[in-house]
Amino acid sequence: MATQNRRDFIKTAVAIGAGAGILTGTMPSRITAKEVKTPSPARKGVLVDTTLCIGCRLCEYACKEEHNIPAGNLNSYEDRSVFDHLRRPDETALTVVNEYKNYGQGENITDVKIQCMHCDHPACVSACIVGAMTKQENGAVIWDTDKCIGCRYCMVACPFQVPAFEYQKALDPHIMKCDFCYDRQQKGKLPACVDACPVEALTFGNRVDLVEEAHRRIKAKPDKYFNHVYGEYEVGGTSWLYLASEDLSKKALPKLGTEPAPGVTESIQHGLFAYFVPPVALYALLGGIMWLTKSNKEEEEI
Amino acid sequence: MRQYTEPAPVKIKYFTPGVIVVCLVALNGFFFLMGRFIFGLGAVTNLNNQYPWGLWIGIDVAAGVALAAGGFTTAALGHIFHKDKYEEITRPALLTAMLGYTFVAFGVFTDIGRWYYIWHPLIFWNHTSPLFEVGICVMTYLTVLYIEFLPIVTKKFIGHVNLPGVLSKLNRTVDKLLRALDRGLDKTMFIFIIAGVVLSCLHQSSLGTLMVIAGSKMHPLWETPVLPLLFLLSAIAVGFPMVIMESITASHSFGLKPEKETLSGLANFIGPLLGIYLAFKIGDMAIRNTFRYLTEFNLQSVMFTIEIVVGFIVPFRMFMSKAIRESITGMYIASLLVIFGVFLNRFNNFIVAYKPPYILKQYFPSFGEVSVTLGFIAMEILLYRLFVKYFPIISQPKTGVTPSAKFEIKGATK
Repeated sequence: MATQNRRDFIKTAVAIGAGAGILTGTMPSRITAKEVKTPSPARKGVLVDTTLCIGCRLCEYACKEEHNIPAGNLNSYEDRSVFDHLRRPDETALTVVNEYKNYGQGENITDVKIQCMHCDHPACVSACIVGAMTKQENGAVIWDTDKCIGCRYCMVACPFQVPAFEYQKALDPHIMKCDFCYDRQQKGKLPACVDACPVEALTFGNRVDLVEEAHRRIKAKPDKYFNHVYGEYEVGGTSWLYLASEDLSKKALPKLGTEPAPGVTESIQHGLFAYFVPPVALYALLGGIMWLTKSNKEEEEI
Repeated sequence: MRQYTEPAPVKIKYFTPGVIVVCLVALNGFFFLMGRFIFGLGAVTNLNNQYPWGLWIGIDVAAGVALAAGGFTTAALGHIFHKDKYEEITRPALLTAMLGYTFVAFGVFTDIGRWYYIWHPLIFWNHTSPLFEVGICVMTYLTVLYIEFLPIVTKKFIGHVNLPGVLSKLNRTVDKLLRALDRGLDKTMFIFIIAGVVLSCLHQSSLGTLMVIAGSKMHPLWETPVLPLLFLLSAIAVGFPMVIMESITASHSFGLKPEKETLSGLANFIGPLLGIYLAFKIGDMAIRNTFRYLTEFNLQSVMFTIEIVVGFIVPFRMFMSKAIRESITGMYIASLLVIFGVFLNRFNNFIVAYKPPYILKQYFPSFGEVSVTLGFIAMEILLYRLFVKYFPIISQPKTGVTPSAKFEIKGATK
């Protein structure tokens, strides 16, 4: 009877230990953002001053021309009825301009160009199952056709809802998103949209300088600008920065915190797989239980 | 009691009117599946740039993995904790897990846009991606499941190798190989059994990590950094209800008597397991103060209420009642509710909770998507029936031992 109790006790203790082991193994060790790789200080960026944008959509045209997407007739871009509906970047247009009437208070028209923000800590790069998304030295987040399996997890992960997918293609569908004109930049040229903008609403330069320039503009004309540089701190900072007369996170761009989007996930992943200790510990624990309960059983049989 | 029942092929006629209906469902699914591969994802699904993941990921993959949890939970109970009386249910559970994961793999293969690159995760590693971890674990676990199943196959053919024509000269060699394989597997099986449980714990939880990165797009009723823990706990909780449901359904369909004692034993675990899940889920909601979203009336709050009340709280109460745990009907209904709850939980997490900031077009699964999902389930059922007909999976009374004799011998040994 006494041995029976002791055996039961051992079994229960081991079971509880196993449970606790599994729980601690899967519990994120800490759920705050972990230290992420600092992006290059020389990374480039674009400052979008929406107060200057006139909604001519020449950036859209130039982008399509550059990326071999059917661009249509240049005159058709004068048609402003496209602004009646909200548009999003997709597989047929890597950048789009949306126009908002009476944005915020006061009667005004705000045109906001949307494209990939080229995050400093991109969720898509962290999420991609095969590492097909990469953050380049110049800040560009680009997609590798030779790796991508088309799982579309980057689209799920992106806080700005930017990457698009060619659903209509049975073979070789691509993830389509702004690549910050990586090839042009390599040749020392400006991104196509920046090059095409007739009113200098887009300013290309080192991100550090652009942040300074943005704050200088706000300081110079505090009545004209809403005092916030969108992208300076959003999800840990983005290469593309926005200035506007109103708070863009009300409508035109998503309202986001300052923590990098992949932070929590990467902490969980690193907690779970810290030098493979939790899985190996769990394996050892289960092995121990198996051996213990088996020897108990043999004892019983003798 | 185990001495008097043993796994044996079930003597059944394969085609019955019900099976023919299932065949038609499978055929319909296959038709749309071909459409997907010939004309692309856009031709068959309603997926769009706002909703990149739909029914196939939410159900075929996420719910499929969760509902195949019967495999590792019973393996842990029967083989690791050595609860011998549950060993007879490990084989059917292993078969369902093996089929379940095989179809999870098919589901992934169907859903990914560039399916011909499905092997890429093996060579291109991204250790920060939870999807990479899920992918590798599922691939490895599927291999482990096939290895665990292999002895059942080798045992069937040992001594019965009979190759046709010229190949018959190889009969002896093949037989020897099978015997060697069987011996090797017998000695090393414990390694794979433990690995199976560890791999399951890893990917069941990482499946929950998947949606954490989409935090800003997720409805707060589901969004929490402890999602991986909740996914693991709910997967463990749904393992035994799946086994109970399958066992009772199979007994009914093959005209066998359900193993009530074993199933009631399993049912004893379910209440506490559901309780642990509920404690963590409700505790997390209290800490994060997300109950206030239930005061809003929308799709999310309604779906959440159905999930937690019908799928978790009601069956939790049911499994805590002894009367229900000892009634076949009671266990069957309560198990179905848990299965429904976890199924809906995965569906909600991956589809209902996902609210991108800019929606141009709402997502609702297309007829093609539903057809493929149902088709896969139908194919699973057909394969299950085929396996139990030809392989010793389901425990049945040994021939020549009548129930009364069984009782007498049992009494004598005590």
